[in-house]
Amino acid sequence: MFKRLKLTCDEATTICDKNQYGEASIKELIKLNLHLIRCKICPIYTKHNITLTNFYKGYSQSCKKLKHRMSSEEKEILKIALKQNKE
Amino acid sequence: MIKQKHTINTNNWIDNYADYLYNYSISRVSNADLAKDLVQDTFFAGLKSAKNFQGKASERTWLVSILKRKIIDYYRKINSKKGQAEVRMSFYDDGENEGSWLEERVPQSWDNASEKKIENEELKNQLESCIQKLPEKYAIVFRMKTVQEFETEEICKELGITSSNLWVIIHRARTQLRKCMEDNWFNN
Repeated sequence: MFKRLKLTCDEATTICDKNQYGEASIKELIKLNLHLIRCKICPIYTKHNITLTNFYKGYSQSCKKLKHRMSSEEKEILKIALKQNKE
Repeated sequence: MIKQKHTINTNNWIDNYADYLYNYSISRVSNADLAKDLVQDTFFAGLKSAKNFQGKASERTWLVSILKRKIIDYYRKINSKKGQAEVRMSFYDDGENEGSWLEERVPQSWDNASEKKIENEELKNQLESCIQKLPEKYAIVFRMKTVQEFETEEICKELGITSSNLWVIIHRARTQLRKCMEDNWFNN
């Protein structure tokens, strides 16, 4: 039974990553927490991962506000290319 | 109820939809030149199949569906090119240590984390530069999931991958990003 709950560090960190998006299942979280009790390295990864999530949340907010536009020159070039393609 | 039938007018495409399609495209591929190429390919493909436009959806929706197809094609192309040469970067992948941390990849303590937390332009540039260093297909998936905050299902549908595929990619991307931030931001 315990074997089924055992995870490698690779598997544990995969669940930890999934959990950063709130998408890990309860079963996965139980396995992860059991792993974190006996592993010395993965708790550090988890801590870093939370910091990264916060960083990327801030980054995401600023990226979403950005509206990318093509320059009018680029649009003109595209218009010509499209016109040639039509003919 | 009579449904409105949409018509097509290729003369106004660039003025009406170029920015929208470009914005859509760049949020997925993040390389400005590539995003522009995809938009151009979309217009060309749209022109070619304009006679098949049935008017069931608006012109913009129809063009976006073509662009989506172009993005999937691009993703598949890079996936098949680089997919084979993939290596696990942070963990032993065989032997008795399989799945354990590789010594040189073990996370180090981030002593100066608190003073480095300040959100500023420099931090944003570092985060972006770490994404740029990822293999392209990891960067696309990571960006869609974390920066654009798309639902897992939506990404899987758009890129034609399974959800377990997606989590493996996210995992590999995040372990590499963590290391990149450790080397370039926290412990430099």
